[in-house]
This record gives sequence, C-alpha cells and structure tokens, in this order.
Amino acid sequence: MSDKATRDSFGEVIKQLGSEFKNIVVLDADLSVSTKSVTFAKAFPDRFFQMGIAEQNMIGTAAGLSFTGFVPFACSFGAFLAGRYETIRVSVGYSKANVKLVGTHSGLGIGDDGYTQMGLEDLNVLRSIPGMTLLNPADDVTTRAAVRWAATNEGPVYLRLTRQKLPALHKSESDFKVGKGIVLKEGKGLALFGTASTVVECLKASEALQDKTPWVVDFHTIKPIDRELIKRVASNSKVIITVEDHQVIGGLGTAVAEVLAEEGCSSKLIRLGVQDCYGESGDPKALYDKYGFSAKAVVEKANHALKNIL
Amino acid sequence: MSSNTSTLENLKSIAKECRIDILNMLEKAASGHPGGSLSAIDIIVALFFSEMKMDPKNPFWEDRDRFILSKGHGVPALYAVLSQKGVIPKEELSTLRQINSRIQGHPDRAMLPFVEASTGSLGQGLSIAQGIAMGLKLQKKEQKVFCLLGDGETQEGQIWETAMSAPKFKLNNLIVFLDNNNGQIDGHVEEVMDLNPIAEKWRAFNWAVQEIDGHNFEEILGALAKAKQEKEKPSFIWAKTVKGKGVSFMENNIGWHGVAPNKEQLEKAINEIRGAKS
Repeated sequence: MSDKATRDSFGEVIKQLGSEFKNIVVLDADLSVSTKSVTFAKAFPDRFFQMGIAEQNMIGTAAGLSFTGFVPFACSFGAFLAGRYETIRVSVGYSKANVKLVGTHSGLGIGDDGYTQMGLEDLNVLRSIPGMTLLNPADDVTTRAAVRWAATNEGPVYLRLTRQKLPALHKSESDFKVGKGIVLKEGKGLALFGTASTVVECLKASEALQDKTPWVVDFHTIKPIDRELIKRVASNSKVIITVEDHQVIGGLGTAVAEVLAEEGCSSKLIRLGVQDCYGESGDPKALYDKYGFSAKAVVEKANHALKNIL
Repeated sequence: MSSNTSTLENLKSIAKECRIDILNMLEKAASGHPGGSLSAIDIIVALFFSEMKMDPKNPFWEDRDRFILSKGHGVPALYAVLSQKGVIPKEELSTLRQINSRIQGHPDRAMLPFVEASTGSLGQGLSIAQGIAMGLKLQKKEQKVFCLLGDGETQEGQIWETAMSAPKFKLNNLIVFLDNNNGQIDGHVEEVMDLNPIAEKWRAFNWAVQEIDGHNFEEILGALAKAKQEKEKPSFIWAKTVKGKGVSFMENNIGWHGVAPNKEQLEKAINEIRGAKS
C-alpha cells in the first residue's frame, strides 16, 4: 500500500459517502482543490456549496443546513477554521449543530508555506468546545473510518487532516473506534503516544528503542481521550512521551497530562511537539527534527529520560 | 397592498399585549434589553400572527416557516410572541434570566421550540438563516426563512459575508428585516459606526431592498407580500424603527438599551401602553 495524505483519503471517501447518503452536503471556502472536497463537488454539484473566502459564513451556513436535516462537511485549512472560534462556539457548539468541520494542512508537516497556513493550535481551541469530537487519524484506513463515523453519528466533529503523505499503519477500518486508542505495540517501562503524522515517528523510534520495550499507541481521537488506555499504559510505564505535530499546549500532550494527574499516575510525562512557539517554512522532515518531534528526537528524549530516572 | 382592517387592528392589539409582557418580564428579571425588544416587536408580531406557516402544537412540523432572531438580545419580544401563540405558558415568562429556566437571557435553540437558532453573539444569525434557506431549496420546499437583524449588528463582518453569498445562491426564500432603531450600547449607530447609505449598500450586494416604517403593520405586511414575489433575489426590508417604541420615556433614549424598568417605571409604561390609541 503506497503512502497517502489523509486529505486524499478524505476526498475519496466523501465522494463514496455522497452516493451512499443523499443528505451529505459539502461546503468549501475556495480551497476545495487543496482540501480535496473537489472530488465531491465534481460528483455532486447540487450538494456542494462554494462559499468563497469567507470561513465564518461557511460555518454558520453549515449549521443552518444541518437544521434542515442535512449532514454538512465544512472544509478549509485547520488554521482558518479554528480561527473562526466564536462562530464555532455559538453557531455549532452551543447550537448542537450536526456539523462536520474538516481542517486540512495540519502542523509543520505542510512544510514550505510556513506558519500562517499551519494548523498548530486547532486542537487546543476546539478541545474547549463542549460536545465536540476531535479526530486526528494517522493513515488512510483510519481516515476513511473517521469520515464514515462523522457522517453517520450525530454531533459536531472536527476532523484534522494532513497535506503530506503518510504510510499505511492499520489493517482495516474496523481497527478505528472513536475514543479508543489503537495499541500498535504492547510494552513495558516506556510508552510512545502519537497522533496523526507522529504515529509513524513513534513506530520508527520504537525500532531504535527495542531494548526499552516501548508501547506505541495511536491516539486518533483527542476528544474524548481514551482514559482507560492511558491508565493501563501508565500502570507499567516509568516514562510516557507524547508526540504531536501541534502545540504542546492543548493537544494530545495536555489531554494525557490531565488524565495522568487526575488518576494519580506516577509516570513521568514528556510532551514533544511545537513548544509554545511559531512554525516556519522548510522541508517537513527537517522541521520535525528542528522542532524536536521526529523519530530521532523521540529516541534521544526517551534515552535521556530513562537514564535520569533509573 | 391594502390589508384587511380587522387584521391590522388585531395585530395592534396583540402587539400591545406583547409590549406589556416584555416589560413585565424585564422588570421581574431586573435586567435585559427593553429598547431593542420594543423596536422589534411589531415586525415579530406581524410575522407570527399574519405571515408565517406554523402550528404551535407541532413545533417540528417540517413545512413550517422559520424565524431567526439574529439580534439575540431582543429575545423578550420573541418570548412574548411565543407566549401569545400558546407555545410558552404565560407564567413561565417570569422565569426570564433565572436559573434552571428555558427562558434564557439570549435565545437557546436547544431549550425552546420555534427558537430556530442560538444567537446573541452578533452577526451569526444571518448565516444560519441562509443555511436553512439553502437546505429548504435543496429539498424543493416552498417555505420561507425570515431573519431579523439589529442595525448595530450589521457592523459585524460576518453579516457582509452573507450579504455577498445569499444573492449568489438565489435565495428568494430568505427575507431579512433590519430593525433600524439607530441605537446601540455606546450611543447612536451613526456615531458609533455609521451604516449609511443602507439601501445602496444592500442593493449593491444584489438584494431586493424595500424601505418601510417598522411600526406600521400595513407597510410590514405589504413589504412581505412584495418580497414573496421575488423570483431570484433575497429580500432586505429596511425597517425604520424607534428604540423603546410605545413607552414615551424610553423612546429614542439609548439609556434604555440594556436596563430594566423598576416597579414604578413599569406601572407608568403599562398605563401608557394601555391608554394609547391603537
């Protein structure tokens, strides 16, 4: 199976779902070629709404469409959707609107375009919306499952997708259950938690850390976070490392920290990701190294932490 | 377009009762927005009692017309009308702004039937109304979507995004009223952030624009009849209104934007409304 960007998986599956479910509509704000909603637009022009460069109007319109029984997918870059927080807070969240927000171009992984185009705070701000499910899938099959889940379950969803290609990690759509992390490797002593593009970094790191027998877990759902799994892993792990292409404030690392603290777990937590700073242009792989959440960085942090603890 | 005289008299009398309900609610809550509720009430009464298809007993009837109060702070006016329609028991109105009440300070669609959108964060209701209008068109339904905007509210940028998009989608089933009472919290609209020229702006955005006296039922109903004839354009009805309309000491007084009357003021106001020639 060749590598694939999760936005491409979205483009394919939303078109399939469009023939399956006549109540699906899609809106985009002049980025349909980039978000891949263009596949739906071509197949179902009557159910696609080009809203122009006006994201808050798109989000509010999606809410209104949902009130007439449609299931709207509103697409843009994650940075631009999350920037319309107030509209999401009231027109979607408080209104209990069945709106699916699809935010592509997440993280430093977009590379060249630089900080203004990178969804780096989207999970942080949207995690605070009561009742909103946050999905951040790591590969093709789990993205397909996530889109299908969003289309067929009531309630607001934020689906966070990548521009860059990611390898296939999971076997089938049935591996994906909302709110349940996927254990890729059972371990002891050390745990590596990834989400979306960083799951593969965790897997690569785990090869170099084989003697430390690390857990590797894919947290595709940031909200609700899988509390039981975190407790289970923490019960035999001295060190837990969260790895995310997002600010360490408010994303996976924060969600895990909350659970560890609330449950009285004694594992040391290391949060890798963007460390409360802005991103920049560059080659994605080089950026992951520079900002300290590539596989190499994970290995270094893990070795350092385990040495200091023992 | 002339309307039946008894219809007009009936609407005036309902509006009187609603004005009294609004002021009673606000006095009991000791907070809320009288000025903008009283400027909007005649339009909302005209819609619910003469225009809109609705069944008070069947709030989720698919073929109902929809009303979106985008200026959410004017919600006492909507509550008063829903009470007159038998949707909200009259005694429940006195729970406005109290804990555990459905009668929230600003509209919450999850709590009450016929509150079609949760508003109060200004500028958002028109996008929602547009989405509903698009959904109804897609379903090939004939119903209309009515939306009431505050004038100060149109200072929000999101309003102009929708002003641009609704004509593109040929939403002739979307009929928008502007409650132009020329008052907002910090002063007269013209001073805070001038909207003029209003009609020219909306016409330039390709809306079918009409200008009426927002307290004259004949003009309100006439404008609605005309708006429904539109073949493609969404309608923008520029309603000139008076903030605090019906209570002389509140009229055109910005101080009454967000302050409730006390018992004495309430009594004076009700006497005035009851005594007014209809």
